[in-house]
Amino acid sequence: MSASLAAPARLTRVRRYLLHNLGLNLALALLVVVVALYCGVYFAQQGRFPGNFELTSTVDNTMPLVLAAIAQTLVVLTRGIDLSIGGMMDLTNALAAAHMKAGIGSMLGWSALILAVGAGLGLVNGLLVAYGRLQPILVTLATLSIFQGLAIRVLPDPGGAIPQAYTDALVNTSAPWALVYVVALALLWLGFRRSALGVALFAVGNDERAARANGIDVIRTKLAAYMMGGVFAALAGLVLAATATSGDATTGDGFTLRSVVAVVLGGVSLFGGRGSAIGAMAGAFITMMIVNVLFFTAIDPLYQSFFEGLFLVVVVVLGAVIGRRFRRG
Amino acid sequence: MDGETEQSGVAAIEGRGVSRAFGGVHAVENASFAVRAGEVHALVGENGAGKSTLIRILGGLIRPDGGEIRVGDETVSFATPRDAHARGIRTVFQELTLFPAMSVAENLLLGHEPRGPSGLIRRSALDGAAEAALAGLGITHIDPRALVEETSLAERQVIEIARAVLRAPRVLFLDEPTSALVEHEVEWLFAIVRRLRGEGRAVVFTSHRWREVASIADRITIMRNGTEVGTFPTIEESEAVRLMTGRRVGALYPPLAPAPTGDTVLAAEHLEGPGFRDVSFRLGRGEILGFGGLTGHGHRELFLSLFGAAPLSGGALRVGGKPLHPRRPRDAMAAGIALIPEDRKTEGLLLPMSVRDNLTLALIDLLCRAGVIARGRERSMAQRMVATLQIKTPSLAQAVGNLSGGNQQKVLLGRWLLAEPQVLLLSDVTRGVDVATKSEIYELIMRLAAGGRGVLLYSSDALELSHLCHRVLVMREGRIVRELAAGGFTAEDVVAAAVGETQLAA
Ligand SMILES: Nc1ncnc2c1ncn2[C@@H]1O[C@H](COP(=O)(O)OP(=O)(O)OP(=O)(O)O)[C@@H](O)[C@H]1O
Ligand SMILES: [Mg+2]
Repeated sequence: MSASLAAPARLTRVRRYLLHNLGLNLALALLVVVVALYCGVYFAQQGRFPGNFELTSTVDNTMPLVLAAIAQTLVVLTRGIDLSIGGMMDLTNALAAAHMKAGIGSMLGWSALILAVGAGLGLVNGLLVAYGRLQPILVTLATLSIFQGLAIRVLPDPGGAIPQAYTDALVNTSAPWALVYVVALALLWLGFRRSALGVALFAVGNDERAARANGIDVIRTKLAAYMMGGVFAALAGLVLAATATSGDATTGDGFTLRSVVAVVLGGVSLFGGRGSAIGAMAGAFITMMIVNVLFFTAIDPLYQSFFEGLFLVVVVVLGAVIGRRFRRG
Repeated sequence: MDGETEQSGVAAIEGRGVSRAFGGVHAVENASFAVRAGEVHALVGENGAGKSTLIRILGGLIRPDGGEIRVGDETVSFATPRDAHARGIRTVFQELTLFPAMSVAENLLLGHEPRGPSGLIRRSALDGAAEAALAGLGITHIDPRALVEETSLAERQVIEIARAVLRAPRVLFLDEPTSALVEHEVEWLFAIVRRLRGEGRAVVFTSHRWREVASIADRITIMRNGTEVGTFPTIEESEAVRLMTGRRVGALYPPLAPAPTGDTVLAAEHLEGPGFRDVSFRLGRGEILGFGGLTGHGHRELFLSLFGAAPLSGGALRVGGKPLHPRRPRDAMAAGIALIPEDRKTEGLLLPMSVRDNLTLALIDLLCRAGVIARGRERSMAQRMVATLQIKTPSLAQAVGNLSGGNQQKVLLGRWLLAEPQVLLLSDVTRGVDVATKSEIYELIMRLAAGGRGVLLYSSDALELSHLCHRVLVMREGRIVRELAAGGFTAEDVVAAAVGETQLAA
């Protein structure tokens, strides 16, 4: 061709990888730092390093937040936010505790049903956001209360029971089995990222108008994001029930904010279109490690949320500063 | 009208009596437009004439209020661009539709990525496929692995065009594809357009540069006030402009006053920053100093640095005799420097805010009395600019995002003109502006200069530089490589100096 365009100047591979996945890389680095910090504090207190027991309980205890963080990521990537995640966890948790009986049929049946309920709850959010063109923050704030109310109806008092077999299947308290789930979820995410829906999710979060102009079905993509978010929230509710071996209609409440924190720590942009669920999973672990560290430093529990908040602010500011430095090169 | 004869052949796409209103604004009203296979069809008209709206309707982005769209001999109705895609109709909209945080390759192959047996995208093959696709179109300067947000505006335009062309559309709409491109990039585009025409595809494009229209269009449709005035195989520029505006328009370029000999308003010595080195020049009061060169050769970075929006790492800058080291735009503005950036969407306008607010944004401090904005004065100043620049808007309260592309550009220009700066940095200010208004803007720039201000003007249009500037400095690879002195240069000289020894790739 007679007319062509030339003039190359390209980034090196490594630099580009680091730059394009900055949020994720910072999150993973931060995770390493807090784990080291935790080990240090633990050693100072106990005279030995944390072992199998500590690892297992930490991973087990973090699993519900990991799942909630994935749910939040899916929605945040579309430039939305799901404040009803806590309510969905309440409701699904209550349903499991109120209805699930020992026996493989009941356990499988109720698990499937509860996941479907999660999808349904997410669908409600999605319909209001995508078709109703309402602000995600308003929609999910409203549905949060509704879901919480429904949860109380399902399980008015804490209690109920989760079959022991169910707990054993989902949570193994003697070995850090849950790490396998973590790896599986990460792989699932990598696959999803390469699917048509995964690409659409990022496109919509980047620029909704552009997505439409490029033939992406924006409404369907958003519905899918909120529904998948609902499924992961339901899964989080189930794992929470399995861990606690009983139910509580308010036990999920704290997960709304903590999932947002995990997502932010994980480098997922609240403005949509950038980030990785793997980062958010790391964010969930970081949050948990911080709680552990605070526990060991014997800080008055009354001040715990103060220090958690302080940590969050410091990390976010630091992340922004490092990001800017790095970009400038 | 010659509309009747056109109905004989089956059109590749046709709008019949199409209308669309926004609020009370009739953007397109009873417009008819037919495109034949194998033709290049130019759609021309003033800013706000309804070209983009018509293209958005035919491209499936918005629905018409009335009228009929036909593809071949079928009547169709597009709910989304997806429906248009299914009919082989692709559009490069005036407002680009790329995804900033995604890679060039992902953008380019969206929905058509190489897939493995599992149906998942093969990431390993993605970049290579994109690189090959780009190379097939003669593009070797864009890294498919880069994120779109890391590319320049011109590169984005090229990517956007490439993405549409790669889908081998039967009808390709290009809404002002050349406004962000420089000369040789336009040549590149036209080579592709000719190839598509040769393959029997239809290409529709809009442009405010008559040269481009005359050089490539097989037919020209002129629009005015939302309706087509007529379709012509060939037409004289003056006649076309008369039909577009409804009146006669004088020469495009007003005569340039002789270069002033007054004192220096801005002096740069050995400036250095990201993307440029060793840049020295003096700008006299009343002087219009042009900057020429290909995109990506440092002028943009230089302007940003002069304005304090990018770091200046070396050299000395004096404005009005006083040294200046702008660290942020506020510093530069305080010293009387104003910048009109090239990307109005990301670097200047607040799209959801009103025309008035956008116009007076730089003057807020001035307009405030005890912290409260003097609304009356604000209104009258805004009103004046709307009149001077002929900004087509139903009211001062209209959101800028709803104006036509060219009118948005005028609002941005108007803002800085209102600020009455000592030094104006203008980067492609007439991009996407119609002929009549271009002429007004040229006159305004000359008036400002004659009033004792200094103007630095970058333009991707060499003709504009040669007619408007007293001197032109040509930049290549971040340095000034040539100075073309007052009076004695042509557009060809500018282009030759810009391309230099690094000739267009063979
Ligand atoms: N979404 C919208 N809301 C309100 N008004 C609109 C909207 N879109 C277009 N308009 C108005 O419709 C008219 C036609 O706009 P259009 O963008 O089609 O013009 P154009 O011919 O493409 O102009 P330009 O050459 O400046 O790009 C303008 O007056 C514009 O303000
Ligand atoms: Mg337009």
